[in-house]
Amino acid sequence: MHNNVKITDFRQDFAIIANWVKFGSKVLDLGCGDGQLLQFLRSSLEIKGYGVEKDDANLLACIQNSTNVIQMDLEDGLSGFEDQSFDTVVLSQTLQAMRNTEKIVLEMLRVGQEIIVTFPNFGYWRNRWQITAGRMPVSKTLPYQWYDTPNVHLCTIHDFDAFCYNHQIEIIERKVITDGKEVSFMPNMLGNLAMYRLKAR
Amino acid sequence: MSENNSVGVVTPQTAHFNVPLKLRSGQILPQYDLVYETYGTLNAEKSNAILICHALSGNHHVAGKYSEDDKYPGWWDNLIGPGKPLDTNRFFVIGLNNLGGCHGSSGPSSINPETGKRWGSDFPILTVEDWVDSQAHLLDHLGITQLAAVIGGSLGGMQALQWTIAYADRVRHALIIASAPNLTAQNMAFNEVARQAIITDPEFHNGDYYEHGVVPRRGLRIARMLGHITYLSDDVMGEKFGRKIKDTIKYSFDVEFEMESYLRYQGDKFAGSFDANTYLRMTRALDYYDPALAFNGDLSKALSKAKAEFLVLSFTSDWRFSPTRSREIVKALLDNESTVSYAEVTAAHGHDAFLMPDAHYHAILRSYLSNIQTDID
Repeated sequence: MHNNVKITDFRQDFAIIANWVKFGSKVLDLGCGDGQLLQFLRSSLEIKGYGVEKDDANLLACIQNSTNVIQMDLEDGLSGFEDQSFDTVVLSQTLQAMRNTEKIVLEMLRVGQEIIVTFPNFGYWRNRWQITAGRMPVSKTLPYQWYDTPNVHLCTIHDFDAFCYNHQIEIIERKVITDGKEVSFMPNMLGNLAMYRLKAR
Repeated sequence: MSENNSVGVVTPQTAHFNVPLKLRSGQILPQYDLVYETYGTLNAEKSNAILICHALSGNHHVAGKYSEDDKYPGWWDNLIGPGKPLDTNRFFVIGLNNLGGCHGSSGPSSINPETGKRWGSDFPILTVEDWVDSQAHLLDHLGITQLAAVIGGSLGGMQALQWTIAYADRVRHALIIASAPNLTAQNMAFNEVARQAIITDPEFHNGDYYEHGVVPRRGLRIARMLGHITYLSDDVMGEKFGRKIKDTIKYSFDVEFEMESYLRYQGDKFAGSFDANTYLRMTRALDYYDPALAFNGDLSKALSKAKAEFLVLSFTSDWRFSPTRSREIVKALLDNESTVSYAEVTAAHGHDAFLMPDAHYHAILRSYLSNIQTDID
């Protein structure tokens, strides 16, 4: 069904995540949506993948795509998963919508030998610009109005760096991208999406 | 569901087995009958068979009807048929009545060929493991080496789980619905009350009531009434009956509330059609099932040899087989890196939800089943 997936069919962040995942490894994708990332990793890297998803429609899509999916609410932690039982645990663009933000990152570090966290960088200049202009930012990565946004814990790259430092989390690698292109100059200003490869120190 | 996606008129068949069945209790069933029904066509490779395991009061009549004007189709007719989630255009579906049952398979109310009399209290107590062994013999009889899937809800889910443990090579997929890896003390307690209701009925006669030409109706009726309370959620009972009064408050112990009317109706209907000895044995099979017991309570170890792919389903309002229990199965499967998906279906109907045609629930089953390959070699 999904055997002939082309890398270009997928998002740039998927390609970066694929670079951080070992061939044939075991991957847990938290908030896996319809299972696209897992399918991509399965077809390109032959991973053994599981997704965690709360939403009924996404769960059904995963089952339609023959993607292993466990229906549960990440806010409750990862109690069904053993310590260090996955090579990589991924939380892709979901961190900002979590209530128990700190808890889920620590849970990921418990379950995964490495973790990958990606989130929209609130420090991106367009967001700063809109705030300077007196409005809450609305953009492609933050497509919500202040009153209907699921995002309750937005942060900047500097904020997350400090979070990692304070929680004894080692940043193995960090990539920042804007519109699919990597940003190395002033990432907290010019980067739209932050991607971290982390492990417990 | 429209009429034209029914499997239509079906006829049960009986398979007789002369090879003795060794039971977990140490007893031996020298010979036995299994009554079963099949729907759909077994393909040339015999790779499209799906076994349905029934729950406490179920039987082999899973889908279809017995005559054109039969008003009561099989107990899972909403799931099984041409174009239905379990599509009989693709799959060959087998339903059977478990041993100890009262719908045609050898059981307490059937004739013991050695004595020419009804088995009654002499019929052994079977376990989930014994049933699965007997089901494997039925597959041998049908020439089926490997099941595309085994599906069961509740006690049926325990059988599906047991299939993956005892016959790991003979089952490719297991769908375990509203089930548990063993019963909690509270769940067993309900069974004990049900059994006590039957056993203390003066017409029980130690299980040999057939000889006396009576049946312990009162006990069986109360057992079933209790069961029905636990199969529904508080919310659904509230919604369905609430405190609605049938007629008027009469300051009596007659049926005054709608809920009482429902329970009495269900109890009467069941007591008139089900065998008390079977009920006792089915509840015991539930109590005894505990695959982790032999592994110091470690379910992960118990499931370590399973090769099947799993779909585990639970229902949010099911408190008799709660989602927590299904999650224990999922946890053990994850520990073994099994292929598994788990859905926790939002449903109001409690344990009964697994028999209801909820759209999302059926969409999950349809999707999962449609991905099961039948063209394997």
